[in-house]
Amino acid sequence: MTEMTLIEAIRQAMDEEMARDPNVFIVGEDVGIRGGVFRATVGLFDKYGADRVIDSPLAELSIVGVGIGAALYGMKPICEIQFSDFIYPAYNQIISEAAKMCYRSNGEWTVPMVIRAPYGGGIGGGLYHSQSPEAMFAQVPGLKVVIPSNPYDAKGLLKSAVRDPNPVIFFEPKKGYRLIKGEVPEGEFTVPIGPARISRAGTDVSVFAYGMMHYYALQAAEKVAAEGISVEVVDLRTLYPVDRETILASVQRTGKALIVHEANLTGGYGAEVAATIAEGAFTDLDAPVRRLCGPDVPGVPFSHPLQDWFMPNPEKISSAIRELARY
Amino acid sequence: MDKMEHLDLYRQMVIIRRVEERAAELYQQGKIGGFLHLYIGQEAVSTGLISARRPEDPVITAYRDHGVAINCGISAKEVVAELLGKATGCSGGKGGSMHMADVTKNYWGGHAIVGAHLPIASGLALADAYNKTSGVTICMFGDGASNIGYFHEALNLSKVWNLPVLWVCENNQYGMGTAVERASAVSEMIQKASGYGMKGVRINGMDLMEVRETAEKMMAEIRAGSGPQFLEIMTYRFRGHSMGDPERYRKADEVHQWQENDPIGIHRKYLLDHQIATEEELNQQDDLAEKEVQEAVEFAESSPEPAAEELFKHIYVEE
Repeated sequence: MTEMTLIEAIRQAMDEEMARDPNVFIVGEDVGIRGGVFRATVGLFDKYGADRVIDSPLAELSIVGVGIGAALYGMKPICEIQFSDFIYPAYNQIISEAAKMCYRSNGEWTVPMVIRAPYGGGIGGGLYHSQSPEAMFAQVPGLKVVIPSNPYDAKGLLKSAVRDPNPVIFFEPKKGYRLIKGEVPEGEFTVPIGPARISRAGTDVSVFAYGMMHYYALQAAEKVAAEGISVEVVDLRTLYPVDRETILASVQRTGKALIVHEANLTGGYGAEVAATIAEGAFTDLDAPVRRLCGPDVPGVPFSHPLQDWFMPNPEKISSAIRELARY
Repeated sequence: MDKMEHLDLYRQMVIIRRVEERAAELYQQGKIGGFLHLYIGQEAVSTGLISARRPEDPVITAYRDHGVAINCGISAKEVVAELLGKATGCSGGKGGSMHMADVTKNYWGGHAIVGAHLPIASGLALADAYNKTSGVTICMFGDGASNIGYFHEALNLSKVWNLPVLWVCENNQYGMGTAVERASAVSEMIQKASGYGMKGVRINGMDLMEVRETAEKMMAEIRAGSGPQFLEIMTYRFRGHSMGDPERYRKADEVHQWQENDPIGIHRKYLLDHQIATEEELNQQDDLAEKEVQEAVEFAESSPEPAAEELFKHIYVEE
C-alpha cells in the first residue's frame, strides 16, 4: 500500500491504462507539454509521446467531438476538459452525439470514451472555475456519470471508465486533488462503475454524498460521533446509473436521510436521491428528507466570505446531522 | 471506369431518385412520420463522390442522407424500411430518415444537428492518423453548416493536426429557406477553407464525372499525406428543404432552370455521347432500379414494427 493524493491516483490510472492498451490516448488543452493545468497528466507526454498525449486547440466541442469520432472507430480516448465550467460548448456533443450513438444505431456504434473534468468550488476560482454541473449529465441515459471521493476509488473507477464500452463523464473534485490522501494498493485493481459504497456504518442518520462533499461528510460524521450520533455515510460514487438499492437499504436502517452536494439545490442530484427515498422507503422514514446543497444562485461568488457562505462544509453538515438526529 | 461501373453508378442515381419519389408518396400517405428531406437533384454529388472511396474510407454526412446511405451500400430495402421505422430498417427503426447508420459499410450516418458531425469526422480521421492506416474520412455537409462554430473548429483542428479528411460542402444554395448570401459572409465556401490554409476546389455537382474525377484526385493527394482538403460541390435540390416546405424563398423559374440540368439526364447523355452505353442498356438499368425500389417498398411495408421491448435495448453497449 502506498499513500497518495487523489490527483496522483488519477495520473497513475491513466499511466497504467495507456501502458496496458495502445488504443488509449489523452486529448485536451495543455495536457501534453505542460502536463495539464492541474498537473494530472504530468510525465505522460514524455513517456508516451505527442501522438498519445495530444495538445488540442482551446476548443472543447472539438476535444469531445474528436473523442467521439475516434472512439467510434475503435480508439479509447480520455478527453480532458480543463475545468467542468468549460464543458458547455461540448454539451451538444455529449448529450446529442455520445449518449445517443449506441441507441440510434441499434447497438452498432459504441463510444468507449472518458471525459475527465475537474469540478467544484472552494478554491477561490469564482463563477467560471468552480461549477458543479453533474446533475445536467446525470439525467441522460446513454451516459455514465462518476465522481470519486478518494484516491483508491479515483484510480479504480477511472480504470473501469477507460475500459467501459460506453461514454463516461468523470468529474474530479479539484479542491481535493492534493488535499485528499489515501492508501492505494500496488498493482492491478478496478472499482466497478455502478455501486455506491457505505464508507461508514451507522444507525441514526444516513448521509448521502459524493466527491468533495463526501470527504466533508466523513469529517462531520466523526465529529458528531463524539456527541453520540451514529451516522451512516454513503459515497454515491456513480451518479448515473443510480444505485437505488444501496440508497434505500441505508434509509431502511437509519430512517433519516441527509443529502449533501455543492451544486445548486433546485433540480440538483439530491432531488433524485430524495425522490428515490420518497418512492421506495416512505414508510421507513422517521424524519423529512433533508438536502444541504449549494444555494440557488448563478455561481460560486469570488469573495471569500461569499464563497464560504455558498459552500457546504463539515460544520454545516454536522449541524444538519444534529437537527435530523433530534427530529 | 469500366462499362460495368458506369452502368452501376447510373443505376445508383436512378435508385436514389426512385427511392426519394416513393418516399415522398409514402410521406403523403402518412406512412412516414416526422421530417423527410429528399435528395432529388443532388444524386450526382454523393454518387460521384462515394464512388471515389475505398472501403477503408469512413463516410459521414448530415441529415439529407438517404442517397449517401445507398451509395455506401445500404440496400434500398433497409433504407425504405428505416424511413418507415420498421424493425428491418438499417437502424431497427430507432434512427429514421435523418439517422441512417451501418458500421459494416463504414458509414457513420446521418446526423441531424447541423454541423455537429464535423468534429466527429475529425475524430474518425484522427483514429486513422493514430493507427497510421490509409483511410481518408469523407465528411459531407451543407452550405448552412459553414456558419456554425463546429465547422470552424473542425477545419482548424484538422489542419493543425494534418488529418486525412476530405471536407465536402454540398452547396445547394439554401440553408432551409435562407439563401447562402443572406447567411454567409462569403458566398464561396472555399474562401472559408482558405482561411484555414486548406486547398479548396469548387465544382459542378450536376455532373457525375466531374465529381468523381475531382474527388479521386483529392482523395489520392490526401492519402499521400497532403492533409485535409476542401471540396465545394455546387448543386441544387429540386424539392423543398423538407416535405411541406412552401418554398416561398425561391422562384419557380429558378427551380425550373436547375431542373433542366438534371444530373441523371446529364449523365445519361454523357454515356450515350461517349458510346459507353446504348439507349436500350440504360433503359434496362432504369427498369432494374424501378424493380429494386418497388421491392424495397413492398419489403418495408410488409415488415414488422419494432417490438415494444426494443425501447430499452441498446441504451448502453450490451455485453
